Amino acid sequence: MAVVARAAGDGGGSSSEVQWCFLQVKGAIDEDVAEADIISTVEFNYTGDLLATGDKGGRVVIFQREQETKSRPLSRGEYNVYSTFQSHEPEFDYLKSLEIEEKINKIRWLPQQNAAHFLLSTNDKTIKLWKISERDKRAEGYNLKDEDGRLREPFRVTELRVPTLKPMDLMVEASPRRTFANAHTYHINSISVNSDYATYLSADDLRINLWHLEVTNRSFNIVDIKPANMEELTEVITAAEFHPHHCNVFVYSSSKGTIRLCDMRSAALCDQHSKFFEEPEDPSSRSFFSEIISSISDVKFSHSGRYMMTRDYLSVKVWDINMENRPVETYQVHEYLRSKLCSLYENDCIFDKFECCWNGSDSTIMTGSYNNFFRTFERNMPRDTTLEASRESSKPRAILKPRKVCTTGKRKKDEITVDSLDFNKKILHTAWHPMENIIAVAATNNLYLFQEKVN
Amino acid sequence: MFLGMMLTSYRIEKQNCLVLHLLSLPDILLPCACQVVLSLLLHGLLLRSMGEEEGLHQTPFLDTMFVRGLKRKCFDGEEDIEGTLAGIKAIPSYNLQRQSLLDMSLVKLQLCHMLVEPNLCRSVLIANTVRQIQEEMTQDGTWQMINTQSTGQASLDRLVSTDILCRSSRDQAEGKHVPAYGTFNKDFENDQAQDSSDTMSTASAVQAPRNLQSSVWEMENPQENKGNFQKSLDQIFETLENKSPNSVEDLFSEVDNSYYDLDTMLTGMMSNTKMGHCDSLETFSSSTNTASNSNCKSDLNDLDHIVEILVES
Repeated sequence: MAVVARAAGDGGGSSSEVQWCFLQVKGAIDEDVAEADIISTVEFNYTGDLLATGDKGGRVVIFQREQETKSRPLSRGEYNVYSTFQSHEPEFDYLKSLEIEEKINKIRWLPQQNAAHFLLSTNDKTIKLWKISERDKRAEGYNLKDEDGRLREPFRVTELRVPTLKPMDLMVEASPRRTFANAHTYHINSISVNSDYATYLSADDLRINLWHLEVTNRSFNIVDIKPANMEELTEVITAAEFHPHHCNVFVYSSSKGTIRLCDMRSAALCDQHSKFFEEPEDPSSRSFFSEIISSISDVKFSHSGRYMMTRDYLSVKVWDINMENRPVETYQVHEYLRSKLCSLYENDCIFDKFECCWNGSDSTIMTGSYNNFFRTFERNMPRDTTLEASRESSKPRAILKPRKVCTTGKRKKDEITVDSLDFNKKILHTAWHPMENIIAVAATNNLYLFQEKVN
Repeated sequence: MFLGMMLTSYRIEKQNCLVLHLLSLPDILLPCACQVVLSLLLHGLLLRSMGEEEGLHQTPFLDTMFVRGLKRKCFDGEEDIEGTLAGIKAIPSYNLQRQSLLDMSLVKLQLCHMLVEPNLCRSVLIANTVRQIQEEMTQDGTWQMINTQSTGQASLDRLVSTDILCRSSRDQAEGKHVPAYGTFNKDFENDQAQDSSDTMSTASAVQAPRNLQSSVWEMENPQENKGNFQKSLDQIFETLENKSPNSVEDLFSEVDNSYYDLDTMLTGMMSNTKMGHCDSLETFSSSTNTASNSNCKSDLNDLDHIVEILVES
């Protein structure tokens, strides 16, 4: 069956529900998961042809989408390994006697400007700009060097020739072009490339810095919420992002469930926000865990730039950036966990940081949950689906069956009870192709790729 | 079997994962492991012995013991037990939940404090939760009754000590960070020497005055004690900022000179380590040795039979 290149109803106002089918899974099948193999970030590039993943071992693996060829029509849409490299190594901070983890916290692609691809990858302390370039030709016929690279004796050169380019097997090289270090005292949680394609921001728990991609020895601090007395610290920065179109606007979220939008034109230090987004608390549902579950783990602007989405522990909220007092939409991801908050606090699951993402047309949002479940919410309907990333449903082009969690006493067939959910299988990182309905879901050490079913 | 029941009850209790991890350690780490379990057992034993003294029905389940302790700590003195019993019975579960949440949070903070790279966001969220509980407890005057009673030292010790035992995990955390800790340690070293054979009562007697001084729930001096509590949180954050094991040691340096059964063991064990990570428990030995090894050795000798039980299990 030929796979049609462009998915029908590309996220638009189609009334039929998107059906997902399994495309690929990457990663080892062993039950024993090595800590270093746990995927910590997933990101498509601007065209969707490249998909980058970072893991706890500091490695970056880039997958490239296979081009449609007449000889292999079925492989269109498959992602295969393009490049693998060690981005960050574990370091030791001798001054503080602390180990700096090599775990890749975030990867952000730069828009492509020439034949090479550039991405930023960061661990807790250092951001690196990597250049990924292809080499499929090599020069032969040097005058001063032999084929194996040894220098030739000058007197042996009897004639001059022009070196020629000969094809060779494709080699993908990744080389670090810039290292942006020593600017963060606390752990970096976000990086975001500006729409001017010349600057980017990096955010840690208490500060946000603005960098120029060409300058590594200097960065500007644009937000600093560190109190004079660390004793008074009650709030930290959890995520930050630049507006997709306005290069002077960025937002950052906090552990208290608030989002601040800042305009860099107003002041050099953007401690004063331009807009402050906070939903008033519902006093009836107040508990000791209210603050913890309101902590925002991810904030993402929509592609249009009109909306932004925030993820807290139990829900996803869509905000209109022109309305600060409440979100325009709220979606419950796993409301059945509300009664289990104490246990989740005890086993630290309540501190899990889930990410969220938009589809290309901003009509659907996706986020992860436990038991390798992930949820998609179609905003126009509204309609939501729960799907599972598992090896069992990993047959080629197998349609994913929607899952359901049983919240009442009576469990129907195929439903799963809250108590039998596996809280070790959490989907924290997901990514959606910028234009098509292809999603990448990171389940611990495996990367699942799903594609919309086409008829 | 007495201890076996304690172990069972700890398996039921949610913080059992630590115990189970420790029990699966190789022999070389057992002494340190034992100390942790010992402290937990002593906690349970003390609660249990309390029950025996009072002639109450013994149950193997910690949560019931917590309830017993809860009742006791809310009372001024024995004469008030009947009077306030009815009031307390109305909402034992909420207070119990709140208390266990507080204990859990402080243990987490303590562990955060000791992690090599503490996650600042998590620490801030937990600290805020603790503050919230503290504020609520202060507002509804839960701890008012303890503070107003001022009978003789002996009865005070006894009553407050039982209170301490119920909240011993929390007090370990708080006690360490209070600057005035050192003075109290020295004051009661003599007491300990005399009562060294009876570890349980020593621990309780020693901890009682410390708790009085460092109690954040005291209504008489709410500001001062809030300050103390604040200070303990402050020090947590400062240490987090410094992120250096040395500063953690500095905080604990006042503890080094003293000998508190439960407290020292927990302190010695818990510094510079991650919970549940067996390989990092190797640092147990080093930190334990520096801080409290000599103090703990006699403890281990006294409780040899407990160790044997642990090894066998």
